[in-house]
Amino acid sequence: MSWVRIRELVRKEFIILFRDERNRRVLVMAPIIMILVFGYVVNYDVKDIRVAVVDQSRTRESRDLIDAFDGNRTFRVVEQSADQDDMERSLLEGRVDMVLRIPPDMASRIRKGKAAPVQILVDGSVSNMASMRIAHTATVLNDYNQTMIRRRAGRTMEYGHVDARVRTWYNPTMDSKNFFVPAIVAFVIMLISLLLTSIAVIREREQGTLEQLIVSPLRPVEMILGKTIPYIVISLVQMTLVTILAKYWFSIPIAGSLFLMFTATCLFLLSTLGVGLFISTVSSTQQQAMMTTFFFILPFFMLSGFIFPIDNMPVVVQWLTYLNPLRFFLMILRGIFLKGIGFNILWPQYLALVVLGTALFAGAVARFRKRLD
Amino acid sequence: MTPSSDDAILVQDLVKRFGEFEAVKGITFSVRRGEIFGLLGSNGSGKSTTIRMLCGIIAPTSGRARVAGYDIESQSEEVKHSIGYMSQKFSLYEDLTPFENIRFFLGLYNVDRSRWKERMEWVLETARITEVKDRLTRDLPQGWRQRLALGCALLHRPEILFLDEPTSGVDPVTRRHFWGFIRELSEQGITVFVTTHYMDEAENCDRIVMIDLGTIVAQGSPAQIIREVCPGSEGADLNEAFITLMARSAP
Repeated sequence: MSWVRIRELVRKEFIILFRDERNRRVLVMAPIIMILVFGYVVNYDVKDIRVAVVDQSRTRESRDLIDAFDGNRTFRVVEQSADQDDMERSLLEGRVDMVLRIPPDMASRIRKGKAAPVQILVDGSVSNMASMRIAHTATVLNDYNQTMIRRRAGRTMEYGHVDARVRTWYNPTMDSKNFFVPAIVAFVIMLISLLLTSIAVIREREQGTLEQLIVSPLRPVEMILGKTIPYIVISLVQMTLVTILAKYWFSIPIAGSLFLMFTATCLFLLSTLGVGLFISTVSSTQQQAMMTTFFFILPFFMLSGFIFPIDNMPVVVQWLTYLNPLRFFLMILRGIFLKGIGFNILWPQYLALVVLGTALFAGAVARFRKRLD
Repeated sequence: MTPSSDDAILVQDLVKRFGEFEAVKGITFSVRRGEIFGLLGSNGSGKSTTIRMLCGIIAPTSGRARVAGYDIESQSEEVKHSIGYMSQKFSLYEDLTPFENIRFFLGLYNVDRSRWKERMEWVLETARITEVKDRLTRDLPQGWRQRLALGCALLHRPEILFLDEPTSGVDPVTRRHFWGFIRELSEQGITVFVTTHYMDEAENCDRIVMIDLGTIVAQGSPAQIIREVCPGSEGADLNEAFITLMARSAP
């Protein structure tokens, strides 16, 4: 193996990559834009639920109930009307997230000690937001019922009950950005390393320079190193950039070891570079390579627990996720970022990355060599 | 055929099949050291497949060939060090400058570091591109890029130079200059193996093999071939001989 050859290959790759102004911008801007988008835009936190109220009862009890919602920080009563049709239109047009209808007999039923139905209409077109709004509504109604019980029974009444003192560990503020931003680190690395590696090889084939390399004494292993080293370097630089942004811009705590994080990244790169090389052997144009890349990225993405919890997937699909290096890399990143756990807990995930990475890379290299010969 | 030390290339019963299609049907010929050898044929005759097998780009289906004394299959490494190759498709890095391209190929061929400067200057001067060495290769005129490509193929001082349709798309002046240069190389002892379908150019070759549909239809010096194929017709040229041969072999 000749280091001079590898060095010259790497140098050439960097020159070509950074000569183009547009390439330079994309390489720097793509990770920054992605992390900003996911840090700010993707937000599952339920805040500011806009409520429209149809109060047909108009009693002290109904006003208390409305106040219970309005006084809660999560809810905001934005409309009040006697006409239910108006309210439904507001829901349809998206001016409110929820309609609360209090029927005329509400107060009288409560005073008789009966259950008083109130109607809650929730916009279910975004189902996960709807379920969270319903959960918050249940909390408010529960508090209201407690007040009603105390009021009827008198303040002196004592009754035994459980009192839940919930503390959320590892992400105490339950910020969804704490959940997403570490995952973005993984996603940026995957996208860049996959796409750039496959395109770097295919560009040579398209321009006819690959033929020139084949007639030279260049060995396949030198070729592979020359094509992967630049993208390992770029991925690690981007990893650093995104991690700095995560910590100092989004104040995501990095509880664990940076060294472990970079080790995991290198192991993960083994898989993505393998897939990148594989794509270069099945595509003959850059467009094909791009399409194939997205064909690979989508299942990687969906089956990783990036957004959709793996526990909710059908069992067979859950098994499939064990073949997905991104799944393990995400577990490691979230573990290191938020929980601060170390190798003693994460070693199975590291092992999985080693096994999957070696298999993918070796398979791709074998195929790549065959294509060259 | 007996192998002799005068043979730079020795091809014996070389066959290449692509699935059902037999592109090269068992050809045998040899190329002497230091000569300009032309492999002639129309498009699809199998000449590109042959040169690609000899350079190690594709593997032969059967048959043997020795290039610079090395077996193309078992000693491909040694073969690659001994040959230079320039394809019909311009194949240098267009996003690199001539300087960077030359540097890359110096590294690729493991040319000794102490000779880099001398080889670099040699290529820039012979290709007459010294003054544009820091411009992007993609911005250079076709003929200039061609000269650079030829220079890069000669950087490591190969014994044998393979040229696959080197003059397609090149203007007549550049073409004449090109053949002058090839003659110089041959005089320095470098064997030149060239494929072409321009018959007027082929007259520059010392010896020629004409192939059609994967088989050899004629071989010898240009004068010999003309005499044999067109006996008695005064002033016949290679073009005429080639057309006559094609007509003969057509079903």
